[in-house]
Amino acid sequence: MLRKKKSEAPVGAAIAVRHQSSRRKLMKRNWELYLFILPATLYFALFCYWPMYGVIIAFKRYNIGTGILQSPWVHPWYHYFKMFFDSAWFTTTVKNTLVLSLYGFVVSNILPLLLALMVNEVQNMVFKKTVQTITYLPYFISEVVLVGLIDLMFADKGVVNHMVTACGGTATQFLSSDVAFPHLYVWSGEWVGTGYGAIIYFAALSNVNPELYEAAVIDGANRFQRIIHVTMPAVIPTFVMLLILGAGSIMSVSYTKVLLMQTTTNLEVSEVINTYVYKTGILHTQYSLSTAVGLFNNVINLILLIIVNKISKTVSDIALW
Amino acid sequence: MGISMYDTKGDKVFKAVDIFLLIIITLLCAYPMWFVLIAAVSNPDLVQNGQVMFLPKDFTWDGYQAVFQNNDILIGYRNTIIYTVFGTLLDLVVTLPAAYALSRHDFVGRNIFTVIFTITMFFSGGMIPGYLVVQRMHLINNPLVMIIIGATGMYDIILCRTFFQSSIPSELTDAAQIDGCSNTQLFVKVILPLSKPIVAVMTLFFAISHWNNYFTAMLYLNKPDLRPLQLVLQEILIQSDMMAQLIQNQSVDPATAAKIERTKQLVRYASIVVSSLPVMCLYPLIQKYFVKGIMIGSIKG
Repeated sequence: MLRKKKSEAPVGAAIAVRHQSSRRKLMKRNWELYLFILPATLYFALFCYWPMYGVIIAFKRYNIGTGILQSPWVHPWYHYFKMFFDSAWFTTTVKNTLVLSLYGFVVSNILPLLLALMVNEVQNMVFKKTVQTITYLPYFISEVVLVGLIDLMFADKGVVNHMVTACGGTATQFLSSDVAFPHLYVWSGEWVGTGYGAIIYFAALSNVNPELYEAAVIDGANRFQRIIHVTMPAVIPTFVMLLILGAGSIMSVSYTKVLLMQTTTNLEVSEVINTYVYKTGILHTQYSLSTAVGLFNNVINLILLIIVNKISKTVSDIALW
Repeated sequence: MGISMYDTKGDKVFKAVDIFLLIIITLLCAYPMWFVLIAAVSNPDLVQNGQVMFLPKDFTWDGYQAVFQNNDILIGYRNTIIYTVFGTLLDLVVTLPAAYALSRHDFVGRNIFTVIFTITMFFSGGMIPGYLVVQRMHLINNPLVMIIIGATGMYDIILCRTFFQSSIPSELTDAAQIDGCSNTQLFVKVILPLSKPIVAVMTLFFAISHWNNYFTAMLYLNKPDLRPLQLVLQEILIQSDMMAQLIQNQSVDPATAAKIERTKQLVRYASIVVSSLPVMCLYPLIQKYFVKGIMIGSIKG
């Protein structure tokens, strides 16, 4: 279907016919492959594309009884968006979303790379393996357990405060502190994700030709210079790729974790757009408003992704499409 | 190794600092897990006082005993095992064949499917439209929802597709087809046995995500006997209402109340161990495939 247009010239037509018949032959010979891809197609149709159609309730006064089609359109069409922009939570949720995600974005992109570079400098294989294994073990811990762990360890009488006082510091009420919340959120995420995130760089580093290091040594490069001139060029493409992908989810903080970390006292710093979507939609059943807020969030993500991809394409030639 | 002998004095300092920092990082990663292990078997009063930091004190099994007598945890455990086993199987059955089809250059329609699937990575209907679909399909309060939701994702498919493309020689496919091997035979008898690393990695990924998933259950299930372990844990660890209720129900004198309070502390630590250990034990079993699978899968991904 895609290539049919090429066959406009008379000479091309004959080729196209042959091409088409060979395509048909291929389709016939490989009919099973369509069965292979059927379950995934069904899944995406039901749980991804059907909800995408459901997005139109952001522009309708949706009522469960009447259904999506019968529900009346709202006037003006941006009624529910305006409702969100005018609400008291708008500035708070957007600000909190940006703070948590930008902070997390910066840290979570840099730390895995640093860890991989540091481990790469070690020659002792046993030490290397031990560090790798222990640092990615936390990856297996669930969000619920992670937040439970934060609650236990950072409690007023938790082990962290005991350590602080043992070292001569004063105990802090971490869990009820507005200042501590973003740090707890971001660094607990790093505890879970850094070791795992480093794996992708080990993959890139394993492809570096050892002769390059030897050549650099002969040229008189010290360890630091070898990192800059030999190791870094090998990992930069991966790094940029992850930056682009990450940029597309700047507005999607891991809200399921935030939801678990929320208490009635920290909402001012912990309510993000997606937890607000959950509350307005699931808890207060304001379906249209909630969908509009979610859509607002998704569209911004999409725009960010497109912009960053474009910039990266012009600057570095690395792009998703 | 060879290169170390060219180290300058600065290089040696650099290396020493590097190793020192790595030791600190590793300790930071390990300590919270170690602390939970020791706190789960120590006298909770001593934990509260800060006397338990590096080694267990006043050893007790009370916490684990209480965990294994707690009906909610046991039911949650059973449910999670069911959801994880069947969910992981479904994930594999949906993801691997689709990825294989997309890896074949002679699969007509490959590009269209790739585009349609990739769009789902960057745009979604959102929580409420998704919720309404699940509602329409009568999956609310239906245990099937825990198995079906998340059955595949384009990210997983890309990972597997890259593996199939980069480590299965196309001559093999050609030879099998000349021998009159059907695509199904080819996939089951030739491709899958050659793809153990990626199958192991995907199994691990899928199993973890089912085991650790709490949000699907929070959205779609509200019958107590359907709750997965993570939802039970959420109550024990984060909202302590359930335990408070337990104490109230048992109308007790202050001495027993204090004892229950102490057990409650222990249960928190012990339940973390009991819920996280199975997944962590799974890991060493497939570790040898893990890094390899991710590396091969991520070369182009």
